[in-house]
Amino acid sequence: MSVKVRCFASLREELGFGDKSVEYQLPLTIGEIWMEISGRPAPENLLCALNHEYSKFSQTVQDGDEVAFFPPVNGG
Amino acid sequence: MLIEIRSAPFDPWAELNAYQNNPGLKPGNYGACATFVGTMRDYNLGDDVAQMQLQHYEGMTQHQLSSFADQVIDRHQLLDLLILHRVGDLYPNDPIVLVAAWSAHRAAAFDGCRQMMEHLKSHATFWKKETLVESGGPANHRWVGNV
Repeated sequence: MSVKVRCFASLREELGFGDKSVEYQLPLTIGEIWMEISGRPAPENLLCALNHEYSKFSQTVQDGDEVAFFPPVNGG
Repeated sequence: MLIEIRSAPFDPWAELNAYQNNPGLKPGNYGACATFVGTMRDYNLGDDVAQMQLQHYEGMTQHQLSSFADQVIDRHQLLDLLILHRVGDLYPNDPIVLVAAWSAHRAAAFDGCRQMMEHLKSHATFWKKETLVESGGPANHRWVGNV
């Protein structure tokens, strides 16, 4: 099953990609995807989104979902 | 309501004037317009800042702002709301954000503008990367807010 994974800001530089489609054996949570791509537990202030909505790391993803990881936001 | 993410510089005062003359905002209908303009500083955390790159999560940013703007309009019975936000390369004194709220009375305009701006700061998916100026040394970069 395919999931689109996106990273922003400092995470792009750290993990070396902005977005990519990854084949996973589902079911999988967002937290498990983070472990897959980073190899480390999620930092306390790491944020995530599922299909353009803020989400929790315990949320299960579905085939075709878009998952994003990013640091605290600071627009304005 | 208009919400735009702009990659080119904009003049917030010209934008405000142009938007206030749009056919949806009838003269005589609104009694208040509260505005907030955020501008890039040339310093941050004790360092001189030469330049800033603003990145965003295209798709999510607009969606988040639109969704919350609808709530703010309903909550404060605003007549209209304008939000412009820059992305890309910015330099000191460049406008970053414009939020303007129109309403019948001042309290709703003040409150709506403030609430929209606070939400934007804490939830809208923008990130800043600063280029610092070090006297006698090469420029270096840092993300504002990090994991």
